[in-house]
Amino acid sequence: MDWSALSLSLKLAAWTMVILFPIGIWLGRVLAWQDFRGKPLVEAMFALPLVLPPTVLGYYLLVALGGATPLGRFYHDLTGQQLVFSFEGLLIASILFNLPFAIQPMQRGFEAIPIEVRDAAACCGLSGWRTLWRIELPLAWPGILTALVLTFAHTLGEFGVVLMVGGSIPGETKTIAIAIYDRVQAFDTAAAGAMSATLLIISLMAISFTFLISSRFKSRRHD
Amino acid sequence: MSYQSIVQWSLHVWLLPAALLVVLPAQAQSTTDVPTVAAASDLQFALEDIAARFRADTKLDVKLVFGSSGNFYRQIEQGAPFQLFMSADEGFIFKLADLGRVEDRGALYAVGRIVLFAPHQSSFKPDAQFKGLKSALTNDRIKRFAIANPEHAPYGRAAEQTLRKLGLWSSLQPKLVLGENVSQAAQFATSGSADGGIFAFSLALSPAVSKLGSYVLIPAETHDPLRQRMALVKGANISARTFYNYLQQSGGREIFKRYGFVLPSEI
Repeated sequence: MDWSALSLSLKLAAWTMVILFPIGIWLGRVLAWQDFRGKPLVEAMFALPLVLPPTVLGYYLLVALGGATPLGRFYHDLTGQQLVFSFEGLLIASILFNLPFAIQPMQRGFEAIPIEVRDAAACCGLSGWRTLWRIELPLAWPGILTALVLTFAHTLGEFGVVLMVGGSIPGETKTIAIAIYDRVQAFDTAAAGAMSATLLIISLMAISFTFLISSRFKSRRHD
Repeated sequence: MSYQSIVQWSLHVWLLPAALLVVLPAQAQSTTDVPTVAAASDLQFALEDIAARFRADTKLDVKLVFGSSGNFYRQIEQGAPFQLFMSADEGFIFKLADLGRVEDRGALYAVGRIVLFAPHQSSFKPDAQFKGLKSALTNDRIKRFAIANPEHAPYGRAAEQTLRKLGLWSSLQPKLVLGENVSQAAQFATSGSADGGIFAFSLALSPAVSKLGSYVLIPAETHDPLRQRMALVKGANISARTFYNYLQQSGGREIFKRYGFVLPSEI
């Protein structure tokens, strides 16, 4: 059992979740309530990671973030570090890759709020922030929670991108999924088995949790 | 789609392929099929050339699959439909022979060499004594250095042995990025994101790689010989057999030599 790989994966998942929380709320609300030209295209772009192989993102990240590229150099000049082969690089990949998992459930959550409720809040003179805090978030919470759990679980399972841009550095880019692959390659089935079982249990718990939330929410709506 | 249906949907996406998986293995390979060759990733460029010449010479065809020898070992052990296995590590061939999965203990076809590579904008110039790398290391100018994962890749193991022998292992280890196989190590080392790396000579000799930087051949005494062995998988057809023989004849050997491999006859 590679504890440093597990804790690295948990850290990556937590950061991805934290960063996508506000981004998901913002984009989820915009996509739920606003109509604008090119909206289908925008929605399609955010949904792309659902269908694209991780290797495509991995390839573009290698091309865009490498030490020889303008973006890679800019980041290097800014921080003295490089993005490829680093935790920060993985985090960027992970955020991009989890966009649909964060946005879509939140968007459905906000869509479920009747327009009358928001109108009423506006009529009562509630500010935008107070409406968000007191009206919208309490009503959309099952979607938001589902989004966060899915993002977290999906990050733990990320493999293709990490394999391509990570470099398997212990404590930095060697996530649990990579560690499992490495252990299998090294014919260490005991460690691979233990880590696979751990990941299976965490993922099952996370997915069960989202089903639990939505079934609770449904039965409450029907009361 | 509700938030729940996204979860359900992503589960459904997996059901159809899973069902297909149960059905597909029933298809058996016929004796006239184009045989599939499982080849270690250091053969990437050399074997493509040999196969092209083989097709022209014999009018027979082979399909090439490149990957890590360990993966192929496991797949062939489980009955994967490869007909020829060209391993970068002869140990895998011997194990499969003991299991009765391959016809015999096969043939040594090449001995691999490794190079020290630095991309154009690197902080050091490669030399056979590793002086440039050493001084770059002491001046803390090395950020990342790429090798194949020594835990399972033969070329990674050779790289580790060399670095240990030269007393560079402990200072370089925190800077290492590990490729899943030697090809990925080469990709990392040449990408400009690492300051250099150690990988197979056969890959460095390919124009696609050599134009990205400079390299020196690492003396063979610094690591255990990379003895590469191949064997026919049981049930191999006539095309596979012909290719197996072709690899050991002058046409194949000449190309192996051109790609920097040491031939069995030269040892």
